[in-house]
Amino acid sequence: MSARPQVLEMRHITKRFPGIVANDDVSFDLREGEVHALLGENGAGKSTLMNILYGLYHPDEGEILIKGKPVRLGSPNAAIDAGVGMVHQHFMLIPVMTVTENIVLDMEPTHQRVFLDMNEAERRVQEISDRYGLAVDPTARIQDITVGQQQRVEILKALYREADILVLDEPTAVLTPQEAKELFEVVRSLTERGKSVIFISHKLNEALEIADRITVLRRGKLIETLPAAGATEASLARLMVGREVLLRVAKTPARPTDPLLEVEELRVLDDRGIEKVRGVSFEVRAGEIVAIAGIDGNGQTELIDGMTGLRQVESGAVRVDGADVTSASAHGHLAAGLGHIPEDRQRRGLVLEYSIGENIVLHDYRSSRFSNLGWLSLGRIFGLARRLIKEFDVRGGGATTRAGGLSGGNQQKVVLAREIERDPKVLIAAQPTRGLDVGAIEFVHRRLIEERDEGRAILLVSLELEEVLSLSDRILVMYEGEIVGEFPPTATEEELGIAMTGGGRGEAAA
Amino acid sequence: MSDIGPVHQVGTPAEMPPEGSPSFNERLAVAQKLGGLVAPLITVLIAFVMGGLVVLVTTGKNPLRTYQAIFDGSGLNWFFEVGSHEVGLPFTDAKVWFPWDPASFASFNLQQTLIQTTTLTLVGLAVAFAFRCGLFNIGGQGQYIAGAITAVWIGSSFAGMSPVPHVLLVLVVGTLMGALVAGFAGFLKATVGAHEVISTIMLNNIVLWIGVYLFGRGGPLQNDTQPDVPVSNDIVEGAKLKVWWGDPLLQGLHIGFFIAIAGLVVYWLILNRTTLGYGVKAVGFNPEAARYGGINVARNYFVAMALAGAFAGLAGAIDILGWQFRLSTGDVSTSQIGFVGIAVALLGRNTAVGTGLAALLFGALLTGTSTRNLDPEVFQPELASNLTLLIQGLVVLFVGMDMVILWLIARARGRRLAT
Repeated sequence: MSARPQVLEMRHITKRFPGIVANDDVSFDLREGEVHALLGENGAGKSTLMNILYGLYHPDEGEILIKGKPVRLGSPNAAIDAGVGMVHQHFMLIPVMTVTENIVLDMEPTHQRVFLDMNEAERRVQEISDRYGLAVDPTARIQDITVGQQQRVEILKALYREADILVLDEPTAVLTPQEAKELFEVVRSLTERGKSVIFISHKLNEALEIADRITVLRRGKLIETLPAAGATEASLARLMVGREVLLRVAKTPARPTDPLLEVEELRVLDDRGIEKVRGVSFEVRAGEIVAIAGIDGNGQTELIDGMTGLRQVESGAVRVDGADVTSASAHGHLAAGLGHIPEDRQRRGLVLEYSIGENIVLHDYRSSRFSNLGWLSLGRIFGLARRLIKEFDVRGGGATTRAGGLSGGNQQKVVLAREIERDPKVLIAAQPTRGLDVGAIEFVHRRLIEERDEGRAILLVSLELEEVLSLSDRILVMYEGEIVGEFPPTATEEELGIAMTGGGRGEAAA
Repeated sequence: MSDIGPVHQVGTPAEMPPEGSPSFNERLAVAQKLGGLVAPLITVLIAFVMGGLVVLVTTGKNPLRTYQAIFDGSGLNWFFEVGSHEVGLPFTDAKVWFPWDPASFASFNLQQTLIQTTTLTLVGLAVAFAFRCGLFNIGGQGQYIAGAITAVWIGSSFAGMSPVPHVLLVLVVGTLMGALVAGFAGFLKATVGAHEVISTIMLNNIVLWIGVYLFGRGGPLQNDTQPDVPVSNDIVEGAKLKVWWGDPLLQGLHIGFFIAIAGLVVYWLILNRTTLGYGVKAVGFNPEAARYGGINVARNYFVAMALAGAFAGLAGAIDILGWQFRLSTGDVSTSQIGFVGIAVALLGRNTAVGTGLAALLFGALLTGTSTRNLDPEVFQPELASNLTLLIQGLVVLFVGMDMVILWLIARARGRRLAT
């Protein structure tokens, strides 16, 4: 492997921002045809390093060599000219335009420099797509294709600009497990044809699966560059976090008692009037964690919204500790003892402009605990916030710090603290660890188990099979708006995967 | 869950940061706070420079002298005329020493500026409060006129009523009328989702034409003694607001000024100390999170609009009781003061202090450029009032630039804001 020539070398890169050294003497290299994973927790400096490579930041110290020549990457255009292509986590595509139009944007082939030659463009896109096995229809509109295909359009965009070095920023974060597998196929086919890939991730198993070498960053410093062969998830986690991390939460078998959450024949429509939850029934008992597994878009979001009063249900019933809350308002659900860690903490879970303290009382600011005749009891609110900040180890600010200024993991801790502090009987946790790094995931998981053992009924809705398997006591698989099977936590990912795609329909139902 | 007791003993936030150094986010927050002060100042500066260029190009006169004239015309030069004077404490016979001359010509101008500031503060709050709930209240003008019409009506009726209850009655009902007009827009927003910009603009016209009807010839509130003049009756003497500075016959400064200051305090208290303000701001920042939090978003839209309208209605009532005393159809259809409130709120960034200061600025501009005491050698009267409009427009135009200005400042220091 070492015989391959180096295509990229970043030497002793240092980048300082006011009050923080984002990259501290980091060296990184990439060989031809190699996948080099860049691992690190949120805020470890991965993005900064890659933004330097993409010409968005200028390093304070250090130099960059591409194919042995020192380069100065002053802008993304300079980076593209140097052969660097970036696939961002959030796609930069225009939904109403076709695949080809998006790809050739700003580099359109023309007749006589005036008229667009879309046939030629489509031909070229098709050719590149075929060469790397990307299987994208050049004439399809972006809004009509799947997220996985959109990602491949982004890759095509980079290839069309003749990128030799592809940077994939958290590429699997938006993909289903199946799409992630397909992406890995694409990455392999790229490297076979001489392209080099930098794979940014905080998922250890993915890095191990796809990468030839792995570089771990922690708090802006280079910790180690090591071959993927021989590394384990545990060893990588230790490098990333700087201490031993429990990847699988230790827990005792559940001792479920009374059913606290009962859902009966629930039917819910989405915004367009399509029935997304089609007669779902289940119950969650005190002291157990029940997971709802499924591929994104199979009705989980509508199910959660229906259960929490955020969306009107068509028919069916929801009971919290015996009390019927089916037609209650969101406030009514909260009052009945329902806690809800929402899927999207920034859009829904927090008012980012509010301080941590103000967010802590989002549900209960009108209660006599936190207000008196309409006047907020600021002393109590911020007193509680300070206590919870300590208890939940929220870092990066105090009770009066804006929630928007916290990292994702700490934001989630604020949400978790708020929901648990309300002492709910039922806790619905939707994607509670999405986008969090290893340390924060461990914290959230441990806390959910603790709350289970306190006697709460916990419903986990997650797209991460690993999380579902390690946390839950029972697993329900949701497919096209129905519960298609129930599995014990000893089930394999394959079994669940089949049910999630509708394969095991009817058979596995217990 | 009633364990509130021990929370007071826990540590301060200062103990919290685990890794010592102040985080980048904290620094950014400080920069933004500073920017909150610096950016509006720069906005005003740019607006004045461009207004000065217009003066230079169109008249060839020295813009600095023009601005000096506006400054003097606004009465703000009063503060620089320090001497040794005596002043009678308002509403008493006691006299005390005072560094400024309370009866100078400049003091008269300053009284006019503060009368305008009073109105602008309240109509500014009407826009600002709605903004805090994520709503754009363009209906300040209509709500202001609704309050004014109500004040004329009640103020010119009940002639036998004793003054204090009469004034209070006018202020309360005028406030309510403003709240009613704006609350209707809020109600439409809350129930059928009608956009408040559209509905408040339409309500402006509805109120305007109601006023024209009421005070027009043969209208129900038209003057009893002059059937040919489209103007209302004067309000009765007892309903007028007391003048505490200057000559009541020369339009001295009335006590409505203190009501406006109280309005600023109430605004701040509602937003920062009450559950009502918490809900309004939560909806304004993030309606989806508010809904998730169990907050009734529709209800807050209604409440926020109604309260916003209350400020504007109060402004209208105060103007009638304080110095206008009557309304003509011309007043109703040419008044623009409610719209200046938009610029006041934007420049004041919807904060209490900012709104007060922005109201003072625009009040001074309006008074300083009024043709009453301009020297045509220095400043052509045709340009005078238009310059105010020009600066007002430029402020609105530039006020969205604060992030650009922040960015320019950061860039000048050789830093880039990272995310």
